[in-house]
Amino acid sequence: MTETIVDVLVIIGAVFVMIAGLGALRLHDVYARMHAITKASTIAVVLIGAAGTISLDDGRWKVALAALLLFITAPSAAHLIGRAAYGAEGIDLRIDGADDLAVALGEEGHERADTDSDDDGG
Amino acid sequence: MTTAALVLLAIGGFGFLLRAILGPSLADRLVAVDGLVVTIFLAVVVRSIRTGNDLDIDVALIVAFVGFLSTTAGARFVERRGG
Repeated sequence: MTETIVDVLVIIGAVFVMIAGLGALRLHDVYARMHAITKASTIAVVLIGAAGTISLDDGRWKVALAALLLFITAPSAAHLIGRAAYGAEGIDLRIDGADDLAVALGEEGHERADTDSDDDGG
Repeated sequence: MTTAALVLLAIGGFGFLLRAILGPSLADRLVAVDGLVVTIFLAVVVRSIRTGNDLDIDVALIVAFVGFLSTTAGARFVERRGG
């Protein structure tokens, strides 16, 4: 019974990582890739960390600690990269619709916000 | 079943690695390396579930720490230097 639960958790977590990898290859700009990678790998960390916590004997609290650490730090690292990529020059971003961060920062707007208004069908 | 999980993790890690090599900007590479660190952590945990041996968990803990520190340093670098 316990082995079945561990197997199911591990397989679902690995499927999420595979989806994240495919999304990292297929999607078209930094924010979309970050969307795929960060969310899917955070869920995979939770699932496989739970599987390791159930399955292992001595090292289970180390697995739980490391999974908790990644669960907290992976989204905040992605947030840092997102802010840095917004402020940096020369990164091809595609912001559809309103640029809320520019409003919040009191700036004029991202310079690439209105350059591709011709083909925003997606 | 853990063999299938390791194969799926390898496919995902290959995607991250290809994006880290190809990625047009530094932020792409940084996000891909972040995902690669998570994949390495998960592969270590799955391997120790598979063998029942928990000596590798220390490696996973250190990898989790170092991954966050390196991503933070890289984000500062992107912010200062640009894409």
